[in-house]
Amino acid sequence: MKNLMFRIRKNPEMYIGAAIIVVMLAIIICGVIFSPYDPDAMDASAKFADPSPAHPMGCDNFGRDLYARLSIGGATTLFIAVATVFIGVIFGIIIGALTGYYGGVVDEILMRFNDAVLAFPSILLALVFISLFGSGTFKVIISLGILFIPSFARIVRSEFMRCSKLDYVRSARLMGAGDLRIMFVHILPNIIPVLLSSTVIGFNNAVLAEASMSFLGIGVQPPSSSLGRMLSEAQAFLFSEPSYAIITGVTIALIVLGFSLLGDGLKKNA
Amino acid sequence: MSKRRILALVLCVALIPAVALTACSGDKSDASSKIVIGIPQDLEDSLDPHEATAAGTREVLFNVYEGLLKPDPTGDIVPAVASDYSVSVDGFTYSFILRDGVKFHDGTNVEAEDVKYSIEKCAGLTGGQVLIAGLSNIESVEIADKNLIDITLKEPDMDFPAYIANTNAAIIPRSNSKPATNPIGTGPYMYVSRSPQDNIVLKKFDGYWGTPANIEDVTLKIIPNADSIVMNLNGGAVDMFARLTVTQTQQLNDNFEVLEGEMNLVQALYLNNAVKPFDNVDVRRALSYAVDVDNILELTSEKKGFPVGSSMFPAFSKYYIDLSDSYPTDIEKAKELLASAGYPDGFSFSITVPSNYQPHVEAAQVISEQLKKIGVNANIKLVEWNTWLSDVYTARNYEATVIGVDASSLTATAMLDRFVSDAENNFTNYSDPAYDELFAKLYITPGDEERVEIYKELQKNLAENAANVYIQDMAEFVALSDKYEGYTFYPLYVQDFAKLKLKGQ
Repeated sequence: MKNLMFRIRKNPEMYIGAAIIVVMLAIIICGVIFSPYDPDAMDASAKFADPSPAHPMGCDNFGRDLYARLSIGGATTLFIAVATVFIGVIFGIIIGALTGYYGGVVDEILMRFNDAVLAFPSILLALVFISLFGSGTFKVIISLGILFIPSFARIVRSEFMRCSKLDYVRSARLMGAGDLRIMFVHILPNIIPVLLSSTVIGFNNAVLAEASMSFLGIGVQPPSSSLGRMLSEAQAFLFSEPSYAIITGVTIALIVLGFSLLGDGLKKNA
Repeated sequence: MSKRRILALVLCVALIPAVALTACSGDKSDASSKIVIGIPQDLEDSLDPHEATAAGTREVLFNVYEGLLKPDPTGDIVPAVASDYSVSVDGFTYSFILRDGVKFHDGTNVEAEDVKYSIEKCAGLTGGQVLIAGLSNIESVEIADKNLIDITLKEPDMDFPAYIANTNAAIIPRSNSKPATNPIGTGPYMYVSRSPQDNIVLKKFDGYWGTPANIEDVTLKIIPNADSIVMNLNGGAVDMFARLTVTQTQQLNDNFEVLEGEMNLVQALYLNNAVKPFDNVDVRRALSYAVDVDNILELTSEKKGFPVGSSMFPAFSKYYIDLSDSYPTDIEKAKELLASAGYPDGFSFSITVPSNYQPHVEAAQVISEQLKKIGVNANIKLVEWNTWLSDVYTARNYEATVIGVDASSLTATAMLDRFVSDAENNFTNYSDPAYDELFAKLYITPGDEERVEIYKELQKNLAENAANVYIQDMAEFVALSDKYEGYTFYPLYVQDFAKLKLKGQ
């Protein structure tokens, strides 16, 4: 117990962040599993119903239960974020490892390409993808995923460059280990702390990116909900029903805050 | 103490000119009155009245252009560039007398040659294609005298004056080589400039032949994001916005007056009749049975709006028949129909909706939810207005869409001609030989009563074959800042800026 208090005091960000995320996840998962309402079911008699035991967060303009929509929307947003970061991390590791370990011409070419992608504002690139391939949940995942590759590739590459000159890698090489074995069995586990904190921050960016794309109407399409989509719909009722926008906005803010604190804490630990 | 007093005195003196100056600038802005009007989309298609297709473009061009005749707020057709007209006994020839002293915005007089040029261009007589379907009936346009134009028709057509009164059939100067970007008309307002995606500026035309406009400068501000309309109004950036939803009007502050009318359009779930499964009449009927119009009105517009069952709105009272009960909501029947059409488990399709029209987006969401009850899964695809125009309306590359279709001219024909199989604007690809035959009869039936009967038959045909899932003639709410008055509703999809004025002006 004492030990835990000591750790929290030493790195409060990480624990506060983790606590926020656990609470938000619990709220979302509870809603997905236990809410009796179909998140898309409309009920004319419950238009903008106030919060009550039946509708803990009230209802939206179509009489849809806000808690059910918020939890399914949150789940959608988190799913998109996870999938996006997954794509970014996997390809980032492969590209970063190869370029960082081998260097040379391929490294130059890939990294300049990387720079080019990083040079564009990510929302602009996402817009281009969406207008080329159409909108929808999976297209959002793929376009955001591709956009996330360069930043991860860069981090992994610099770590690989650093590690490939270290003693333990040299010894492994002397022992006759192959390149692939050195890359993924020896170096990769050593850079996980760094990768973990940037993954969490990337996750954060993905939540925000999805929210802004859906807010702009190019992400998740109605009637499906996502946090960004809900915020965009709530905007129409900002003055008459502010609670709709506030609930959605606060949810996004808390999720982002939680992951941001967790990421900072992990960085401190690494 | 005395030092402070001196300071105060100095400050007071310094303030006097400041106050005087503000008063001055206040006076000035009164003298040159102006209004900022919000519109949901840019005028992307064309500023050439003969080429403009979007209702949103036409309603603005209405203020810049005029035809030989024009509609008035009661739905009558009144003379404009022509001062009078007569029709020959056999109904083949219309003679228009040009009004004296009508000027184009560039200062030149309207001449008979300009009229001939404009009408021939619209009718496709000069080699181009027919730009206005109703005018394809023109055989020839002749200048009988300096101010007398004879238009001869291939077939007598009672609706001809209405086609001529259409903003699309405007008179433009023959000398203007670029009407699409440099609009010159005869209307009460003249075009000044356009910043794409931002604004269009109009200015009162001092040489207007009729009752001049009241407000000097009109700026049309483009607000494509439906969600920010209320903020723009409440924040004072925009003085007027037409076609708001009930929800939007409820959020306006006290500085606005909300006027209520009807939009005079038919909002429907328009189906591409050429693609599967909508080529099957039973599927279309099933959707019509499954969609509950009252529920849509309840959820999206506080029950305001006028349910319709075919392609005609109530303002055309002479022709309108109430078919809104053709498909009372009946889920069981819808399911049976689907099963008999070979879709017992339903199917999936997407509804393409322009994202800048909030009422259509909302209606689409409700429909999508209602269709789930019969196992039909409707995905909604929000697109930009330009994408909608090019993909859905022009290329007809879509499955279904929610949109409002208006009458381009003051005729019942304008609501029905787009369902003729080979009509250029038949974006729903509706094709029924019986309909085509009936429609063709309109041109050879002289008697008014018989014609009205045909119009009613046409509407029944559309309802019977469930060409589309007809919803409503939407209630129109206009927010107008309380500094202004004089907003006038038309039985057409137009906005008349010339009648707006400052209060007490």
